[in-house]
Amino acid sequence: MVAILERVFRDRWGYVLAALVGFLGDFDLAEEAAQEAFAIAAERWPRDGAPANPDGWLVTTARNRAIDRIRRDRTLAAKTRLLEVPEAAEDTMETTSFPDERLELVFTCCHPALATDAQVALTLRTLGGLTTGEIARAFLVGEATMAQRLVRAKRKIRAAGIPFRVPPDHLLPDRLAAVLAVVYLIFNAGYSSPAPVPPGRELTAEALRLGRALAELMPDEPEVHGLLAMMLLHDARRAARFRDGELVLLADQDRGLWDAAQIAEGRGVLDRALALRGRGAYVVQAAIAALHAGEPRDWPQIAALYGELARLTDSPVVELSRAVAVAEADGPAAGLALVDRLALEDYHYLHAARGELLRRLGRAAEAREALGRALALAHDDAERRLLERRLAELGPR
Amino acid sequence: MKYMLLIHQGSTPTPRDPDAWARVPEDEQKAVFADYQAINETPGVTSGLQMGEPETATTVRVQDGRTLTTDGPFAELKEALGGYLFYEADDLDAAIALAARIPAARMGGAIEVRPIVEW
Repeated sequence: MVAILERVFRDRWGYVLAALVGFLGDFDLAEEAAQEAFAIAAERWPRDGAPANPDGWLVTTARNRAIDRIRRDRTLAAKTRLLEVPEAAEDTMETTSFPDERLELVFTCCHPALATDAQVALTLRTLGGLTTGEIARAFLVGEATMAQRLVRAKRKIRAAGIPFRVPPDHLLPDRLAAVLAVVYLIFNAGYSSPAPVPPGRELTAEALRLGRALAELMPDEPEVHGLLAMMLLHDARRAARFRDGELVLLADQDRGLWDAAQIAEGRGVLDRALALRGRGAYVVQAAIAALHAGEPRDWPQIAALYGELARLTDSPVVELSRAVAVAEADGPAAGLALVDRLALEDYHYLHAARGELLRRLGRAAEAREALGRALALAHDDAERRLLERRLAELGPR
Repeated sequence: MKYMLLIHQGSTPTPRDPDAWARVPEDEQKAVFADYQAINETPGVTSGLQMGEPETATTVRVQDGRTLTTDGPFAELKEALGGYLFYEADDLDAAIALAARIPAARMGGAIEVRPIVEW
C-alpha cells in the first residue's frame, strides 16, 4: 500500500498541485493543502480503501482544507481568488473532475521573469513533487540555499503578477522554448553527473516524466516530441555509458546494455515529431541520436543533420560534432580541416577531437600535444581519466 | 495589478543630446515620438512627469547626522533613470509587452518593471 501511495503521490502531485494553484492563486497555500490531502490519504486509504476517483478526492480534500484555513484567516482570504469561487462540497468529491492545469503550472514555473535556476527548482518541486532536500542534493547546493531559491521564486510569482496560464499564441513559441530548455537542463544535469539518488528519482527520470507529460498535454507541438525522443534515445544508453565508474565512448559501448525498448519508444516519438513536420533543434537532435543508435552508423547522414543543427543554433560546438561526423564519413583529414577552423580554444572537447584525428593521421606528437591541452582544460574526473587513458595509448613520446 | 516602469536610457540617443540625436535617422526619430505618444495613450498608462537630465541630479546621503551631497545621479550616469510611467495591467506579461514597446528598450537602454504594492 505504501508503494502504491508513493506511486500515486509521484504521479498525481503535479496534477493535484496545479488544480490547487489554479483555484487558490497561491503556491504556498496550495502546497500546504496538497501535502495535507496526501497525508490524509496515506492514513485513510489503507484503512478504508482508495476512493474511486483518487484525483477528485485529493483535490477536493485539499480544497476543503485550504478553505478551512482561509476561514480562520480572513485577511488571507482577501488576497486569494477564493472569495469569487463557490465552496467545494464534500459529497460531490467522488464525481467531481477538475481540469488538468499542469500546463498552466509549468508555464508559470518557467516564466522568463524568473531566473533559470529558480525555474528549474520550481518545476521539480511543483510538477515533479521532489522535496526541497532532493532538489538541493541533485544540484549539489545546500538545502537552505535551495529553500530560499524556492521561496523567492514563489514570492516573485505572487508579487510581480506572473500569470497562471498557457501563454497566448504570439508568446507561445518563445515561452515553450523556455519550458523545453528547463526540462532539457534537468535531463542534462542528471545525465552528465549522475548524483547518488534512489532509482527512479534521478533527474533524468524526472526529465523524462516531465517530457512525457508535456507530450501528452501538447500533442501537436513537434519540438515537445523532439525533446522527449532525444531524451529517451540518450537515456536508453545509460547502462552502457559507464564501465567500472569509467566513461565509455559511444563507439566502445556494449550495445547489449542499451535499452532496446526505450530506443524503439524514442524512434516512435521521433516519428510523431517528423509527422508534425518538426524541423526544430530538438527534432534534429533526436534524429541524430536515432542515427547514432543504428548499426552501422550512417555518418554522411549524421554529418548532414549536424550541418542542419549548426544552421539552426549557430553554435561552434555543433560544428565540432559535425566535423567529427565528417571525419567518420570522409576521413580524418576532412574532419581535421573543419576542426581547425573553429574558434573554441578553451573547449576541451575540441582538443580531444583534434587529438583523436591527429592520431588517426599518424601524427602522434601533435596528437599528444592536443590531448595534453584537453586534459589541462577538462574538469570532470571521469573525462580526465578517459583522456589520460588515451594519452597512454599513444605510447611514450 | 499596478506596475511602475522605470526607463533607464543607457546609451539611448535622446533629443537632450542634440549631436547624438542628429545621428538618428529622421524616420526613426519620428517613430520614437510616435511610440512614446502611443504608449502614453494606452489605456491603463499614467505617464510620469518629465525628469531633468541625470547630469542635473544631486545625490543626498546622511552620515552621522550630516547631510552629504554628491553631484550626479545615484546610479552610474549611463544607467541613470531617465523617466517612468505607471501601468494598470492584468499581469506581468502585459507589463512586459508594454515595456518592450518603449523605444529606449530597443535603443540601448532598458526598462525595469516593478509591481506596485497595494494594501
